[in-house]
Amino acid sequence: MDIRHPIESPTVTEQNPEPQADPRAGFGHPGPTVSVAGEPAVTPAQHSRQVGNVELRGLDAYYGSNHAVRGVSLAFDSAKVTAIIGPSGCGKSTMVRCINRMHEEIAGARSEGQVLLDGLDLYDSRIDIVAVRRSVGMVFQKPNPFPTMSVIDNVTAGLRLTGVSRGELEDRGREALVGAGLWEEVKGRLKAPGVGLSGGQQQRLCIARALAVDPEVLLMDEPCSALDPVATLRIEELIAELKQRVTIVIVTHNMQQAARVAGTTVFMLNGELVEVGPTDKLFTNPDDDRTEQYVTGKFG
Amino acid sequence: MNPSADHALLLDRGNLKRRRRVSALVGAASTVAALLAVAVLLIVVGSVLLKGLGALSIHFLTTPTALFGESGGGISNAIVGSAIMVGLAALMAIPVGLLVAIYTTEFAPARIAHPIRFVLDVLNGVPTIITGIFVYGLLVAGNQQSGFAASVALAIVMLPIVARTAQEVLSLVPATLKEAAHALGIAPWRATVRVTLPTAAGGLLTGALLAVARVAGETAPLILLSSIFAPGVLTEPGEALASIPIFIFQASESPSPEAHTQAWAAALILIAFVLVLNIVARAFYARSRKRMGA
Repeated sequence: MDIRHPIESPTVTEQNPEPQADPRAGFGHPGPTVSVAGEPAVTPAQHSRQVGNVELRGLDAYYGSNHAVRGVSLAFDSAKVTAIIGPSGCGKSTMVRCINRMHEEIAGARSEGQVLLDGLDLYDSRIDIVAVRRSVGMVFQKPNPFPTMSVIDNVTAGLRLTGVSRGELEDRGREALVGAGLWEEVKGRLKAPGVGLSGGQQQRLCIARALAVDPEVLLMDEPCSALDPVATLRIEELIAELKQRVTIVIVTHNMQQAARVAGTTVFMLNGELVEVGPTDKLFTNPDDDRTEQYVTGKFG
Repeated sequence: MNPSADHALLLDRGNLKRRRRVSALVGAASTVAALLAVAVLLIVVGSVLLKGLGALSIHFLTTPTALFGESGGGISNAIVGSAIMVGLAALMAIPVGLLVAIYTTEFAPARIAHPIRFVLDVLNGVPTIITGIFVYGLLVAGNQQSGFAASVALAIVMLPIVARTAQEVLSLVPATLKEAAHALGIAPWRATVRVTLPTAAGGLLTGALLAVARVAGETAPLILLSSIFAPGVLTEPGEALASIPIFIFQASESPSPEAHTQAWAAALILIAFVLVLNIVARAFYARSRKRMGA
Protein backbone atom coordinates (compact mmCIF):
# COMPACT_ATOMS: atom_id res chain seq x y z
CA MET A 1 0.00 0.00 0.00
CA ASP A 2 1.30 3.34 -1.01
CA ILE A 3 1.26 5.97 1.68
CA ARG A 4 2.76 9.05 0.19
CA HIS A 5 4.72 11.44 2.29
CA PRO A 6 5.33 14.46 0.11
CA ILE A 7 7.97 15.68 2.47
CA GLU A 8 10.19 12.80 1.50
CA SER A 9 10.35 14.06 -2.05
CA PRO A 10 13.46 16.19 -2.62
CA THR A 11 11.56 19.04 -4.25
CA VAL A 12 9.65 19.75 -1.06
CA THR A 13 12.46 19.46 1.42
CA GLU A 14 14.62 21.83 -0.56
CA GLN A 15 11.99 24.50 -0.56
CA ASN A 16 13.64 26.20 2.41
CA PRO A 17 17.27 25.22 2.23
CA GLU A 18 18.43 27.84 4.74
CA PRO A 19 16.29 28.43 7.78
CA GLN A 20 16.48 32.02 8.95
CA ALA A 21 18.94 32.70 11.73
CA ASP A 22 16.56 34.77 13.84
CA PRO A 23 13.49 32.72 14.69
CA ARG A 24 11.42 35.84 15.26
CA ALA A 25 12.10 37.38 11.87
CA GLY A 26 8.83 37.74 10.09
CA PHE A 27 6.78 37.64 13.28
CA GLY A 28 5.11 40.49 15.04
CA HIS A 29 5.13 42.74 12.02
CA PRO A 30 3.71 41.83 8.67
CA GLY A 31 6.44 40.81 6.29
CA PRO A 32 6.83 42.72 3.06
CA THR A 33 4.95 40.24 0.95
CA VAL A 34 1.95 39.76 3.20
CA SER A 35 1.42 43.39 4.13
CA VAL A 36 -1.84 44.88 2.98
CA ALA A 37 -1.52 48.01 5.08
CA GLY A 38 -1.42 51.10 2.91
CA GLU A 39 -2.78 49.38 -0.13
CA PRO A 40 -6.27 49.83 -1.48
CA ALA A 41 -8.58 47.61 0.47
CA VAL A 42 -10.00 45.71 -2.46
CA THR A 43 -6.80 44.36 -3.94
CA PRO A 44 -5.43 41.80 -1.51
CA ALA A 45 -6.00 39.19 -4.22
CA GLN A 46 -3.17 40.73 -6.24
CA HIS A 47 -0.45 39.44 -3.96
CA SER A 48 1.87 36.74 -5.04
CA ARG A 49 3.50 35.25 -2.02
CA GLN A 50 6.44 33.18 -1.06
CA VAL A 51 5.62 32.96 2.63
CA GLY A 52 3.17 30.79 4.47
CA ASN A 53 4.64 27.39 3.67
CA VAL A 54 3.83 24.98 6.47
CA GLU A 55 5.58 21.69 6.88
CA LEU A 56 4.92 18.97 9.44
CA ARG A 57 7.76 16.57 10.17
CA GLY A 58 6.97 13.41 12.10
CA LEU A 59 4.22 15.10 14.09
CA ASP A 60 2.76 13.12 16.99
CA ALA A 61 0.03 14.54 19.21
CA TYR A 62 -1.38 13.11 22.41
CA TYR A 63 -4.20 13.71 24.86
CA GLY A 64 -2.77 12.10 27.96
CA SER A 65 -2.14 8.53 26.82
CA ASN A 66 -4.39 8.83 23.76
CA HIS A 67 -2.15 9.00 20.70
CA ALA A 68 -4.32 11.16 18.43
CA VAL A 69 -1.91 12.05 15.62
CA ARG A 70 0.68 9.47 14.59
CA GLY A 71 3.83 10.44 12.80
CA VAL A 72 2.32 12.78 10.23
CA SER A 73 4.68 14.40 7.72
CA LEU A 74 3.04 16.77 5.31
CA ALA A 75 3.53 20.10 3.55
CA PHE A 76 0.97 22.85 2.99
CA ASP A 77 2.11 25.10 0.19
CA SER A 78 1.64 28.82 0.26
CA ALA A 79 -1.32 30.34 -1.52
CA LYS A 80 -3.11 27.02 -1.77
CA VAL A 81 -6.13 25.45 -0.17
CA THR A 82 -5.60 22.06 1.40
CA ALA A 83 -8.56 20.10 2.71
CA ILE A 84 -8.23 17.51 5.45
CA ILE A 85 -10.85 14.79 5.35
CA GLY A 86 -11.40 11.67 7.40
CA PRO A 87 -13.92 10.14 9.79
CA SER A 88 -14.66 11.69 13.20
CA GLY A 89 -11.88 11.19 15.71
CA CYS A 90 -9.20 10.55 13.07
CA GLY A 91 -7.04 13.41 14.35
CA LYS A 92 -7.83 16.05 11.69
CA SER A 93 -8.62 18.85 14.11
CA THR A 94 -5.84 17.87 16.48
CA MET A 95 -3.29 17.97 13.69
CA VAL A 96 -4.49 21.38 12.55
CA ARG A 97 -4.44 22.72 16.10
CA CYS A 98 -0.78 21.74 16.37
CA ILE A 99 0.03 24.20 13.59
CA ASN A 100 -0.90 27.26 15.68
CA ARG A 101 -0.01 25.56 18.94
CA MET A 102 -3.58 25.60 20.21
CA HIS A 103 -3.35 21.87 20.91
CA GLU A 104 -1.16 22.43 23.96
CA GLU A 105 -3.81 24.70 25.55
CA ILE A 106 -5.78 21.61 26.50
CA ALA A 107 -4.82 20.12 29.86
CA GLY A 108 -2.82 16.91 29.39
CA ALA A 109 -2.24 17.51 25.69
CA ARG A 110 1.25 17.44 24.18
CA SER A 111 2.93 16.94 20.85
CA GLU A 112 6.23 15.80 19.40
CA GLY A 113 7.89 16.38 16.08
CA GLN A 114 8.32 19.54 14.09
CA VAL A 115 5.99 22.13 12.61
CA LEU A 116 7.90 24.44 10.28
CA LEU A 117 6.57 27.76 9.06
CA ASP A 118 8.76 28.96 6.21
CA GLY A 119 11.54 26.83 7.63
CA LEU A 120 11.22 27.93 11.26
CA ASP A 121 10.33 25.31 13.85
CA LEU A 122 7.32 26.75 15.67
CA TYR A 123 8.07 24.51 18.64
CA ASP A 124 11.57 25.90 19.10
CA SER A 125 12.01 27.13 22.68
CA ARG A 126 12.87 30.63 21.45
CA ILE A 127 9.57 30.98 19.61
CA ASP A 128 6.94 33.36 21.04
CA ILE A 129 3.65 31.45 21.08
CA VAL A 130 1.65 34.68 20.75
CA ALA A 131 3.57 35.52 17.56
CA VAL A 132 2.86 32.02 16.21
CA ARG A 133 -0.86 32.63 16.56
CA ARG A 134 -0.59 35.97 14.80
CA SER A 135 1.10 34.27 11.86
CA VAL A 136 -1.25 31.30 11.86
CA GLY A 137 -4.87 32.40 12.26
CA MET A 138 -7.77 30.11 13.05
CA VAL A 139 -11.49 29.95 12.38
CA PHE A 140 -13.56 27.58 14.48
CA GLN A 141 -16.48 25.28 13.91
CA LYS A 142 -19.05 27.51 15.54
CA PRO A 143 -18.93 31.26 14.93
CA ASN A 144 -17.59 32.77 18.16
CA PRO A 145 -17.65 36.56 18.00
CA PHE A 146 -16.89 38.25 21.32
CA PRO A 147 -20.35 38.92 22.81
CA THR A 148 -19.43 42.18 24.52
CA MET A 149 -17.92 43.77 21.43
CA SER A 150 -19.37 45.58 18.42
CA VAL A 151 -18.80 44.39 14.86
CA ILE A 152 -15.79 46.64 14.36
CA ASP A 153 -14.35 45.94 17.80
CA ASN A 154 -14.57 42.22 17.09
CA VAL A 155 -12.61 42.64 13.88
CA THR A 156 -9.91 44.76 15.48
CA ALA A 157 -9.75 42.77 18.74
CA GLY A 158 -6.48 41.13 17.80
CA LEU A 159 -4.97 44.38 16.56
CA ARG A 160 -5.98 46.65 19.39
CA LEU A 161 -3.57 44.97 21.74
CA THR A 162 -0.52 45.54 19.57
CA GLY A 163 -0.31 49.32 19.84
CA VAL A 164 -1.84 50.06 16.45
CA SER A 165 -3.04 53.67 16.37
CA ARG A 166 -6.77 54.41 16.41
CA GLY A 167 -6.91 55.70 12.86
CA GLU A 168 -5.00 52.77 11.44
CA LEU A 169 -7.16 50.44 13.49
CA GLU A 170 -10.28 51.54 11.64
CA ASP A 171 -8.59 51.26 8.26
CA ARG A 172 -7.36 47.78 8.94
CA GLY A 173 -10.69 46.75 10.41
CA ARG A 174 -12.42 47.95 7.25
CA GLU A 175 -9.85 46.18 5.08
CA ALA A 176 -10.40 42.93 6.93
CA LEU A 177 -14.18 43.25 6.57
CA VAL A 178 -13.78 43.89 2.83
CA GLY A 179 -11.42 40.93 2.63
CA ALA A 180 -13.98 38.72 4.35
CA GLY A 181 -16.73 39.89 2.00
CA LEU A 182 -18.72 41.37 4.85
CA TRP A 183 -18.16 45.12 4.42
CA GLU A 184 -21.21 45.85 2.27
CA GLU A 185 -23.49 44.05 4.72
CA VAL A 186 -22.24 45.61 7.94
CA LYS A 187 -20.90 49.04 6.98
CA GLY A 188 -24.04 50.66 8.38
CA ARG A 189 -23.85 48.90 11.74
CA LEU A 190 -20.22 48.70 12.68
CA LYS A 191 -21.07 49.75 16.25
CA ALA A 192 -23.85 47.18 16.66
CA PRO A 193 -23.09 44.01 18.67
CA GLY A 194 -21.28 41.36 16.67
CA VAL A 195 -23.58 38.63 17.99
CA GLY A 196 -26.54 40.41 16.34
CA LEU A 197 -25.41 39.24 12.89
CA SER A 198 -26.71 36.08 11.23
CA GLY A 199 -24.77 32.83 11.67
CA GLY A 200 -23.09 33.09 8.28
CA GLN A 201 -22.23 36.74 8.83
CA GLN A 202 -20.84 35.90 12.26
CA GLN A 203 -18.57 33.29 10.72
CA ARG A 204 -17.33 35.79 8.12
CA LEU A 205 -16.85 38.25 10.98
CA CYS A 206 -14.64 35.65 12.65
CA ILE A 207 -12.73 35.24 9.38
CA ALA A 208 -12.31 39.01 9.18
CA ARG A 209 -11.10 39.03 12.78
CA ALA A 210 -8.50 36.39 11.92
CA LEU A 211 -7.44 38.22 8.74
CA ALA A 212 -7.05 41.57 10.49
CA VAL A 213 -3.85 40.51 12.21
CA ASP A 214 -2.43 39.60 8.80
CA PRO A 215 -1.68 35.90 9.19
CA GLU A 216 0.31 33.92 6.66
CA VAL A 217 -1.73 30.80 7.25
CA LEU A 218 -5.43 30.44 8.01
CA LEU A 219 -6.64 27.24 9.68
CA MET A 220 -10.34 26.52 9.30
CA ASP A 221 -11.76 23.78 11.50
CA GLU A 222 -15.05 22.76 9.89
CA PRO A 223 -15.97 26.41 9.35
CA CYS A 224 -19.31 25.66 7.68
CA SER A 225 -20.66 22.84 9.80
CA ALA A 226 -22.96 25.18 11.73
CA LEU A 227 -24.14 27.10 8.65
CA ASP A 228 -26.93 26.72 6.12
CA PRO A 229 -26.11 25.97 2.44
CA VAL A 230 -26.31 29.59 1.28
CA ALA A 231 -23.99 30.84 4.02
CA THR A 232 -21.71 27.88 3.27
CA LEU A 233 -21.52 28.92 -0.37
CA ARG A 234 -20.50 32.46 0.64
CA ILE A 235 -17.70 31.09 2.81
CA GLU A 236 -16.51 28.81 0.01
CA GLU A 237 -16.40 31.73 -2.43
CA LEU A 238 -14.46 33.65 0.16
CA ILE A 239 -11.96 30.81 0.54
CA ALA A 240 -11.35 30.91 -3.21
CA GLU A 241 -10.56 34.64 -2.99
CA LEU A 242 -8.44 34.35 0.13
CA LYS A 243 -6.15 31.65 -1.18
CA GLN A 244 -4.17 34.30 -3.04
CA ARG A 245 -3.36 35.88 0.24
CA VAL A 246 -3.04 33.15 2.85
CA THR A 247 -2.28 29.47 2.93
CA ILE A 248 -5.56 27.82 3.84
CA VAL A 249 -5.92 24.51 5.64
CA ILE A 250 -9.54 23.47 5.98
CA VAL A 251 -10.83 20.54 7.99
CA THR A 252 -14.12 19.35 6.62
CA HIS A 253 -16.57 16.52 7.00
CA ASN A 254 -18.13 17.44 3.72
CA MET A 255 -16.37 15.74 0.81
CA GLN A 256 -18.21 17.87 -1.75
CA GLN A 257 -16.85 20.91 0.02
CA ALA A 258 -13.31 19.56 -0.16
CA ALA A 259 -13.83 18.93 -3.88
CA ARG A 260 -15.14 22.47 -4.41
CA VAL A 261 -12.53 24.48 -2.51
CA ALA A 262 -9.30 22.53 -2.23
CA GLY A 263 -6.51 21.94 -4.73
CA THR A 264 -4.95 19.35 -2.49
CA THR A 265 -6.74 16.93 -0.21
CA VAL A 266 -5.38 14.92 2.68
CA PHE A 267 -7.08 11.78 3.94
CA MET A 268 -6.47 10.77 7.54
CA LEU A 269 -7.52 7.65 9.42
CA ASN A 270 -6.88 6.70 13.05
CA GLY A 271 -4.38 9.52 13.49
CA GLU A 272 -2.34 8.54 10.48
CA LEU A 273 -1.89 10.23 7.17
CA VAL A 274 -3.22 7.77 4.59
CA GLU A 275 -2.97 9.71 1.39
CA VAL A 276 -2.35 13.18 0.09
CA GLY A 277 -2.73 14.34 -3.47
CA PRO A 278 -4.50 16.61 -5.93
CA THR A 279 -8.15 16.71 -4.93
CA ASP A 280 -9.56 15.31 -8.16
CA LYS A 281 -7.13 12.41 -8.15
CA LEU A 282 -7.86 11.60 -4.52
CA PHE A 283 -11.58 11.50 -5.16
CA THR A 284 -11.53 9.69 -8.52
CA ASN A 285 -8.43 7.54 -8.55
CA PRO A 286 -6.89 7.24 -5.10
CA ASP A 287 -3.80 5.15 -4.57
CA ASP A 288 -4.92 3.69 -1.25
CA ASP A 289 -7.81 1.26 -0.85
CA ARG A 290 -8.89 2.89 2.40
CA THR A 291 -9.12 6.29 0.70
CA GLU A 292 -11.26 4.80 -2.01
CA GLN A 293 -13.52 3.12 0.53
CA TYR A 294 -13.93 6.37 2.44
CA VAL A 295 -14.56 8.68 -0.51
CA THR A 296 -17.06 6.25 -1.99
CA GLY A 297 -18.94 6.13 1.29
CA LYS A 298 -18.14 2.57 2.31
CA PHE A 299 -17.30 3.73 5.86
CA GLY A 300 -16.89 6.85 7.95
CA MET B 1 -63.19 -7.17 25.97
CA ASN B 2 -60.60 -9.49 27.40
CA PRO B 3 -57.05 -8.22 27.51
CA SER B 4 -54.68 -10.46 25.60
CA ALA B 5 -52.02 -12.39 27.47
CA ASP B 6 -49.35 -9.84 26.46
CA HIS B 7 -51.28 -6.88 27.76
CA ALA B 8 -51.99 -8.57 31.06
CA LEU B 9 -48.51 -7.45 32.12
CA LEU B 10 -49.71 -3.85 31.98
CA LEU B 11 -52.45 -4.42 34.50
CA ASP B 12 -52.24 -3.60 38.19
CA ARG B 13 -50.83 -6.49 40.17
CA GLY B 14 -52.01 -5.50 43.61
CA ASN B 15 -49.94 -2.58 44.93
CA LEU B 16 -50.83 0.10 42.37
CA LYS B 17 -53.18 1.82 44.80
CA ARG B 18 -50.53 1.90 47.49
CA ARG B 19 -47.94 3.34 45.12
CA ARG B 20 -50.35 6.05 44.04
CA ARG B 21 -51.01 6.96 47.66
CA VAL B 22 -47.28 7.18 48.46
CA SER B 23 -46.72 9.33 45.40
CA ALA B 24 -49.50 11.73 46.39
CA LEU B 25 -48.19 11.88 49.95
CA VAL B 26 -44.61 12.71 48.95
CA GLY B 27 -45.87 15.30 46.46
CA ALA B 28 -48.01 16.96 49.10
CA ALA B 29 -45.24 16.93 51.73
CA SER B 30 -42.73 18.61 49.45
CA THR B 31 -45.28 21.21 48.39
CA VAL B 32 -46.03 22.03 52.02
CA ALA B 33 -42.30 22.32 52.77
CA ALA B 34 -41.85 24.75 49.89
CA LEU B 35 -44.82 26.82 51.07
CA LEU B 36 -43.37 26.85 54.60
CA ALA B 37 -40.11 28.34 53.34
CA VAL B 38 -41.99 31.11 51.57
CA ALA B 39 -44.21 31.59 54.60
CA VAL B 40 -41.22 32.06 56.91
CA LEU B 41 -39.93 34.92 54.75
CA LEU B 42 -43.39 36.47 54.51
CA ILE B 43 -43.92 36.21 58.29
CA VAL B 44 -40.52 37.74 59.08
CA VAL B 45 -40.91 40.58 56.57
CA GLY B 46 -44.56 41.06 57.57
CA SER B 47 -43.94 41.29 61.31
CA VAL B 48 -40.97 43.61 60.80
CA LEU B 49 -43.14 45.80 58.60
CA LEU B 50 -46.02 45.78 61.11
CA LYS B 51 -43.93 46.57 64.15
CA GLY B 52 -41.31 48.80 62.54
CA LEU B 53 -43.27 50.93 60.11
CA GLY B 54 -44.79 53.02 62.94
CA ALA B 55 -41.41 54.25 64.20
CA LEU B 56 -40.06 54.90 60.71
CA SER B 57 -39.76 58.56 59.78
CA ILE B 58 -37.38 60.97 58.11
CA HIS B 59 -36.41 62.10 61.59
CA PHE B 60 -35.52 58.51 62.54
CA LEU B 61 -33.26 58.16 59.50
CA THR B 62 -31.49 61.52 59.85
CA THR B 63 -30.92 61.76 63.61
CA PRO B 64 -28.17 60.00 65.53
CA THR B 65 -29.04 57.65 68.36
CA ALA B 66 -30.33 59.41 71.50
CA LEU B 67 -28.08 59.50 74.52
CA PHE B 68 -28.83 57.14 77.38
CA GLY B 69 -31.92 58.26 79.25
CA GLU B 70 -33.14 60.56 76.50
CA SER B 71 -35.92 59.73 74.10
CA GLY B 72 -36.31 60.36 70.36
CA GLY B 73 -33.20 59.92 68.29
CA GLY B 74 -32.65 57.76 65.22
CA ILE B 75 -30.12 55.69 63.37
CA SER B 76 -28.24 58.10 61.10
CA ASN B 77 -24.98 57.27 62.89
CA ALA B 78 -25.69 53.55 62.48
CA ILE B 79 -26.47 53.93 58.77
CA VAL B 80 -23.27 55.91 58.19
CA GLY B 81 -21.20 53.48 60.27
CA SER B 82 -22.61 50.44 58.49
CA ALA B 83 -22.00 52.05 55.11
CA ILE B 84 -18.37 52.82 55.99
CA MET B 85 -17.62 49.38 57.43
CA VAL B 86 -19.40 47.40 54.71
CA GLY B 87 -17.89 49.69 52.05
CA LEU B 88 -14.35 49.19 53.39
CA ALA B 89 -14.94 45.45 53.62
CA ALA B 90 -16.16 45.41 50.00
CA LEU B 91 -13.09 47.37 48.88
CA MET B 92 -10.87 44.74 50.50
CA ALA B 93 -12.79 41.56 49.68
CA ILE B 94 -14.09 42.15 46.15
CA PRO B 95 -10.75 42.73 44.37
CA VAL B 96 -9.05 39.90 46.24
CA GLY B 97 -12.02 37.57 45.72
CA LEU B 98 -12.11 38.31 41.99
CA LEU B 99 -8.38 37.73 41.65
CA VAL B 100 -8.66 34.42 43.50
CA ALA B 101 -11.47 33.38 41.15
CA ILE B 102 -9.54 34.48 38.05
CA TYR B 103 -6.48 32.59 39.21
CA THR B 104 -8.35 29.37 39.93
CA THR B 105 -10.53 29.36 36.80
CA GLU B 106 -8.16 30.84 34.21
CA PHE B 107 -4.62 30.07 35.24
CA ALA B 108 -4.20 27.46 37.97
CA PRO B 109 -3.98 23.77 37.08
CA ALA B 110 -6.77 21.61 38.49
CA ARG B 111 -4.61 20.12 41.23
CA ILE B 112 -4.17 23.63 42.69
CA ALA B 113 -7.60 25.01 41.83
CA HIS B 114 -9.55 22.23 43.57
CA PRO B 115 -7.88 22.60 46.99
CA ILE B 116 -8.37 26.37 46.81
CA ARG B 117 -12.05 25.85 46.09
CA PHE B 118 -12.31 23.53 49.08
CA VAL B 119 -10.50 26.01 51.34
CA LEU B 120 -12.92 28.76 50.27
CA ASP B 121 -15.89 26.52 51.10
CA VAL B 122 -14.43 25.83 54.55
CA LEU B 123 -13.76 29.54 55.10
CA ASN B 124 -17.35 30.22 54.11
CA GLY B 125 -18.48 27.83 56.83
CA VAL B 126 -16.39 29.34 59.64
CA PRO B 127 -18.76 30.83 62.26
CA THR B 128 -18.48 34.59 62.06
CA ILE B 129 -18.00 34.92 65.81
CA ILE B 130 -14.74 33.01 65.33
CA THR B 131 -13.71 35.36 62.56
CA GLY B 132 -14.54 38.17 64.99
CA ILE B 133 -12.40 36.70 67.77
CA PHE B 134 -9.53 36.19 65.35
CA VAL B 135 -9.61 39.81 64.24
CA TYR B 136 -10.06 40.87 67.87
CA GLY B 137 -6.80 39.16 68.74
CA LEU B 138 -5.14 40.58 65.66
CA LEU B 139 -6.21 44.23 65.77
CA VAL B 140 -8.19 45.08 68.91
CA ALA B 141 -6.48 43.33 71.85
CA GLY B 142 -4.01 45.77 73.40
CA ASN B 143 -5.47 48.45 71.18
CA GLN B 144 -9.11 49.55 70.87
CA GLN B 145 -12.24 48.68 68.98
CA SER B 146 -12.42 50.21 65.52
CA GLY B 147 -14.57 50.33 62.43
CA PHE B 148 -11.51 49.21 60.52
CA ALA B 149 -11.17 46.03 62.60
CA ALA B 150 -14.85 45.33 61.99
CA SER B 151 -14.44 45.85 58.24
CA VAL B 152 -11.50 43.43 58.18
CA ALA B 153 -13.73 40.80 59.80
CA LEU B 154 -16.54 41.54 57.35
CA ALA B 155 -14.05 41.28 54.47
CA ILE B 156 -13.02 37.82 55.66
CA VAL B 157 -16.70 36.83 55.70
CA MET B 158 -17.19 38.30 52.20
CA LEU B 159 -14.10 36.88 50.56
CA PRO B 160 -15.25 33.27 50.03
CA ILE B 161 -18.69 34.40 48.88
CA VAL B 162 -17.21 36.74 46.26
CA ALA B 163 -14.60 34.23 45.15
CA ARG B 164 -16.93 31.23 44.90
CA THR B 165 -19.69 33.03 43.01
CA ALA B 166 -17.08 34.57 40.69
CA GLN B 167 -15.61 31.12 40.06
CA GLU B 168 -19.02 29.77 39.11
CA VAL B 169 -19.69 32.69 36.79
CA LEU B 170 -16.25 32.65 35.14
CA SER B 171 -16.55 28.94 34.46
CA LEU B 172 -19.78 29.67 32.57
CA VAL B 173 -17.94 31.85 30.04
CA PRO B 174 -17.80 29.66 26.92
CA ALA B 175 -14.42 28.09 26.33
CA THR B 176 -14.82 28.90 22.63
CA LEU B 177 -14.42 32.61 23.42
CA LYS B 178 -11.17 32.06 25.27
CA GLU B 179 -10.02 29.85 22.40
CA ALA B 180 -10.88 32.55 19.91
CA ALA B 181 -8.87 35.09 21.88
CA HIS B 182 -5.88 32.77 22.20
CA ALA B 183 -6.01 31.92 18.50
CA LEU B 184 -5.84 35.64 17.71
CA GLY B 185 -2.56 35.84 19.54
CA ILE B 186 -4.03 37.75 22.49
CA ALA B 187 -1.93 37.03 25.56
CA PRO B 188 -3.80 35.04 28.25
CA TRP B 189 -4.03 37.86 30.83
CA ARG B 190 -5.27 40.25 28.14
CA ALA B 191 -7.83 37.72 26.97
CA THR B 192 -9.00 37.54 30.58
CA VAL B 193 -9.29 41.32 30.94
CA ARG B 194 -10.73 42.06 27.49
CA VAL B 195 -12.89 39.03 26.79
CA THR B 196 -13.62 36.84 29.81
CA LEU B 197 -14.27 39.53 32.44
CA PRO B 198 -16.53 41.75 30.27
CA THR B 199 -18.54 38.69 29.23
CA ALA B 200 -19.01 37.67 32.86
CA ALA B 201 -19.40 41.21 34.24
CA GLY B 202 -23.08 40.90 35.19
CA GLY B 203 -22.58 37.67 37.08
CA LEU B 204 -19.49 39.00 38.86
CA LEU B 205 -21.47 42.03 40.01
CA THR B 206 -24.19 39.69 41.25
CA GLY B 207 -21.72 37.84 43.44
CA ALA B 208 -20.34 41.07 44.84
CA LEU B 209 -23.83 42.40 45.64
CA LEU B 210 -24.87 39.16 47.33
CA ALA B 211 -21.73 39.29 49.45
CA VAL B 212 -22.49 42.89 50.45
CA ALA B 213 -26.07 41.90 51.32
CA ARG B 214 -24.75 39.00 53.35
CA VAL B 215 -22.42 41.07 55.54
CA ALA B 216 -24.68 44.12 55.87
CA GLY B 217 -26.57 42.23 58.59
CA GLU B 218 -23.56 40.51 60.12
CA THR B 219 -23.63 41.08 63.89
CA ALA B 220 -21.39 38.72 65.82
CA PRO B 221 -17.98 40.17 64.81
CA LEU B 222 -19.28 43.72 65.28
CA ILE B 223 -20.19 43.04 68.91
CA LEU B 224 -16.53 42.26 69.56
CA LEU B 225 -14.94 44.77 67.23
CA SER B 226 -17.10 47.88 67.02
CA SER B 227 -19.84 48.10 69.63
CA ILE B 228 -18.65 50.71 72.16
CA PHE B 229 -18.75 54.00 70.32
CA ALA B 230 -19.08 57.72 71.05
CA PRO B 231 -22.43 59.43 70.44
CA GLY B 232 -23.13 61.28 67.20
CA VAL B 233 -22.30 60.53 63.60
CA LEU B 234 -18.73 59.23 63.39
CA THR B 235 -16.85 58.69 60.14
CA GLU B 236 -13.33 57.86 61.31
CA PRO B 237 -12.69 54.12 60.79
CA GLY B 238 -9.86 54.31 63.35
CA GLU B 239 -12.47 54.47 66.10
CA ALA B 240 -15.43 52.25 66.85
CA LEU B 241 -18.43 53.03 64.64
CA ALA B 242 -22.14 52.48 65.14
CA SER B 243 -23.93 50.05 62.84
CA ILE B 244 -27.49 48.97 62.14
CA PRO B 245 -27.11 45.38 63.46
CA ILE B 246 -25.54 46.65 66.70
CA PHE B 247 -28.30 49.25 67.03
CA ILE B 248 -30.92 46.51 66.66
CA PHE B 249 -29.09 44.35 69.19
CA GLN B 250 -28.66 47.10 71.78
CA ALA B 251 -32.11 48.61 71.36
CA SER B 252 -33.82 45.26 71.71
CA GLU B 253 -31.89 44.62 74.95
CA SER B 254 -33.14 47.90 76.36
CA PRO B 255 -36.08 47.88 78.83
CA SER B 256 -37.82 50.82 77.12
CA PRO B 257 -40.76 50.01 74.78
CA GLU B 258 -39.79 52.97 72.56
CA ALA B 259 -36.36 51.41 72.02
CA HIS B 260 -38.06 48.16 71.02
CA THR B 261 -40.08 49.90 68.30
CA GLN B 262 -36.90 51.61 67.11
CA ALA B 263 -35.20 48.23 66.90
CA TRP B 264 -38.03 46.99 64.68
CA ALA B 265 -37.75 50.09 62.48
CA ALA B 266 -33.99 49.61 62.10
CA ALA B 267 -34.63 45.95 61.28
CA LEU B 268 -37.03 47.10 58.56
CA ILE B 269 -34.35 49.33 57.02
CA LEU B 270 -31.82 46.49 57.07
CA ILE B 271 -34.16 43.90 55.63
CA ALA B 272 -35.33 46.29 52.88
CA PHE B 273 -31.69 46.99 51.93
CA VAL B 274 -30.88 43.28 51.74
CA LEU B 275 -34.02 42.49 49.74
CA VAL B 276 -33.34 45.25 47.22
CA LEU B 277 -29.73 44.14 46.80
CA ASN B 278 -30.87 40.57 46.19
CA ILE B 279 -33.40 41.62 43.59
CA VAL B 280 -30.87 43.86 41.78
CA ALA B 281 -28.31 41.06 41.91
CA ARG B 282 -30.75 38.61 40.33
CA ALA B 283 -31.48 41.04 37.52
CA PHE B 284 -27.78 41.41 36.70
CA TYR B 285 -27.33 37.67 36.80
CA ALA B 286 -30.21 37.05 34.41
CA ARG B 287 -28.69 39.53 31.94
CA SER B 288 -25.26 37.98 32.27
CA ARG B 289 -26.53 34.45 31.65
CA LYS B 290 -28.27 35.62 28.51
CA ARG B 291 -25.02 37.10 27.23
CA MET B 292 -23.12 33.90 27.86
CA GLY B 293 -25.77 31.90 26.07
CA ALA B 294 -26.44 29.82 29.17
